[in-house]
Amino acid sequence: MSDTTTVPATPEPAAMRERPALLRLGSMLWADKFAFAAALLLLAMIGCALVGPWLMGDAAGGQNLRARNAPPFDLSRGWLYVLGGDALGRPLLARIVVAAQNTLLIAAGAVVFSMAIGTTLGLIAGYRGGWTGEVIMRTADVIMSFPSLLLAVIVLYMLAPSVANLILVLAITRIPIYLRTTRAEVLEVRERMFVQAALVMGASTPRIVFRHILPVILPTLLTIATLDFAFVMLAESALSFLGIGIQAPEITWGLMVSQGRQYLTSAWWLAFWPGLAIILTTMSLNLLSGWMRVALDPTQRWRLEIGGKRNG
Amino acid sequence: MAEHLLELRDLSVRFHTARGPVQAVQGVSWHLDRGETLAILGESGSGKSVSASAIMNLIDCPPGEITSGQILFEGRDLLTLGAEARRDINGRRIAMIFQDPLSHLNPVYPVGRQIAETATAHGTPAAQARGRARELIARVGLPDPDAAMRKYPHQFSGGQRQRLMIAMALALKPDILIADEPTTALDVTVQAEVLSLLEELQRETGMGLLLITHDLGVVAEIADRAVVMEGGRIVETGTPHDLYHNATHPYTRKLISAAPGRGEMRADRSPVTPLLSCRGLRKEYGGFAALKGAEFDVMPGECLAVVGESGSGKSTVARLVVRLEEASAGQALWKGEDLLTKTPREMAAVRRQLQMVFQDPTQSLNPRMSVYEIISEAWAIHREVLPKSRWRARVQELLEQVGLKPEHADRYPHQFSGGQRQRIAIARALALEPELIICDEAVSALDVSIQAQVIQLLGRLRDELGIAFVFIAHDLPVVRDFADRVLVMQQGEIVEQGSVRQIFDAPREPYTQRLLAAGLDPDPEVQARRRAERLALQA
Repeated sequence: MSDTTTVPATPEPAAMRERPALLRLGSMLWADKFAFAAALLLLAMIGCALVGPWLMGDAAGGQNLRARNAPPFDLSRGWLYVLGGDALGRPLLARIVVAAQNTLLIAAGAVVFSMAIGTTLGLIAGYRGGWTGEVIMRTADVIMSFPSLLLAVIVLYMLAPSVANLILVLAITRIPIYLRTTRAEVLEVRERMFVQAALVMGASTPRIVFRHILPVILPTLLTIATLDFAFVMLAESALSFLGIGIQAPEITWGLMVSQGRQYLTSAWWLAFWPGLAIILTTMSLNLLSGWMRVALDPTQRWRLEIGGKRNG
Repeated sequence: MAEHLLELRDLSVRFHTARGPVQAVQGVSWHLDRGETLAILGESGSGKSVSASAIMNLIDCPPGEITSGQILFEGRDLLTLGAEARRDINGRRIAMIFQDPLSHLNPVYPVGRQIAETATAHGTPAAQARGRARELIARVGLPDPDAAMRKYPHQFSGGQRQRLMIAMALALKPDILIADEPTTALDVTVQAEVLSLLEELQRETGMGLLLITHDLGVVAEIADRAVVMEGGRIVETGTPHDLYHNATHPYTRKLISAAPGRGEMRADRSPVTPLLSCRGLRKEYGGFAALKGAEFDVMPGECLAVVGESGSGKSTVARLVVRLEEASAGQALWKGEDLLTKTPREMAAVRRQLQMVFQDPTQSLNPRMSVYEIISEAWAIHREVLPKSRWRARVQELLEQVGLKPEHADRYPHQFSGGQRQRIAIARALALEPELIICDEAVSALDVSIQAQVIQLLGRLRDELGIAFVFIAHDLPVVRDFADRVLVMQQGEIVEQGSVRQIFDAPREPYTQRLLAAGLDPDPEVQARRRAERLALQA
């Protein structure tokens, strides 16, 4: 048939399509250099979290009173002190590496939990609606209107402060964010024509929700999740600061920031390095989620496949 | 040579996109004189709107770039004028109206204020501007202008909004009015009214009217001269009469032959047991009855066209039958069983035999699924139809059946043109081998030539596979060559139903007659005759 204008040439060489999915994903990641760097950095962070305590656990706990608030970039005390020493003379580099485990565990745990629960409830509230939806939404309103820090204080006062409880509390306070976003998006997406087309075809509810609605709203949720990552790290540091979060000698980046805050005028590096670690992690996640949004969207994917030439 | 009011000389516009530069308009020249109506005719992507945007300085640079040419307005080249001078010309000397008036009216201000604002923006005192706005609202034929001044855009119908846009454009008595598809979104009867309003206003004010359209009928109705564009170039210029009868360029001839409603009508069929029969189908929203008891039958292998203007309840019928919405009362008997009382589980089994094709294929295909996934989803839902090992072969078969290529299976919907997307949607509907396909305005969003091809495809499927169709359309000519029977709806009621020959050759109801008379014919002579009939009906 000679109909219609020519299809816009697919910037997708045949060879590219034949390659296995993983390799294809890799080449798309390479195309976006920022996302590639972010992925490397995150891998390094995860590496620290896995082997850090085993490698540098002793060094991070060892006090050296002569190295109290030692300035950074001074190698005379050994390479561990390259980022300086803290108020008790412990090497900052070692402490940041060791703290990666707790920090990432708590942040990732809280974010994953709140996203999973919030998204599920949001899908139910948005797609089912009715009084089930009402109950879910009003519960979310209650959580949102209650000061999250106060809630955390109460819960952690009753339960023993531990990593697991900390994750639980932080997750609960962040659920409404995902819940409300998911519900709002579901309400919009369910009215789209392709969802109705699937309904007419006889698609079951799980199929419509998971095949047609969820893929559309997932990029939004992932973007929120990456931003929330930083928020959770800082919220955790606030709880730790109040003494109901992480207990010394356990450490997290957030706790290091809040401990270094009182020395900010005299020894800025105490708060700066762990703060930098938080920023870099969040930023990497954000860049990666931006890349993922493009890579997962068939209408946008060509931007990565034409070889890194970006066009605004 | 006498100076033209507006003249384009060798205009070329290029857009820089990620896929490289696209030449949207290439060496286009035309002119417009005072009191003249020039139509620019072309399908989507022909560049017909881009040249108008260039005149109004609406092209974003970058990504757009005017690579050559002049736009002479009263002898001055607009392209060399400064931004300030151009703004002064825009609105005051050259005004523009658009296809979708709702998106060009601000929803939070009363319309009177918005019309007056056009005048105050160019320095007219507020009190005087309000008086002028009232005068204009009365002039474009809106009832009770004082009350209309205080109403908000959403309180008007589509046709009234277009009248408001025209009033706004005329606020400063422009020399040129550019109308970009002014009636495409309107019902046929309203379209005729708006076009005659434009014509009257032009006669009164002596302005030049530049009309951008894809519809040969509009050209035949109103234009003095027409320019046919394809792929950014002008392929032919002439009076509507010349173009229609002596078209030399193959593209113009293709456009003319694609105009619907020229072929042989189908013969009447002998009645058999109906596949689907609706009895007293009703739908109410609150106190408003969108559908007031529809009764009709669809026979196996038959095409029933449901025609009506917006708000006639024609889409509601479709949505009720496939249970996208619940009916307030009535029955829809599918082979004797009532669809409306079935449980979702029972309904799922029937859905195999009853498929639907939607208006806008861009929206009805999930953008995140490949064509293969879209079509094979039908079998993923109804497992018993086809074993998974045969899915790929069957998808390729279906794609060929609807005129696409088997290798298209791994592409995504955005990589296809509108007509091809609708073919994919049809292939999806065919996947379950249904007995009835409901097409809800399935060709309304497509270009004329593609519209003809899709209808041809549907006709072939009916003849080869014996599928019955319920074909919903707002336009009578579209269904003329395709339908066996026609059902005309108005305001939730079926006003007339009969065989296609009855409806087109001897319509009984005045509404059907009005609808037929309002349709625009591409042949200027036929159109002149229709117009006389229309005026007679109004009198």
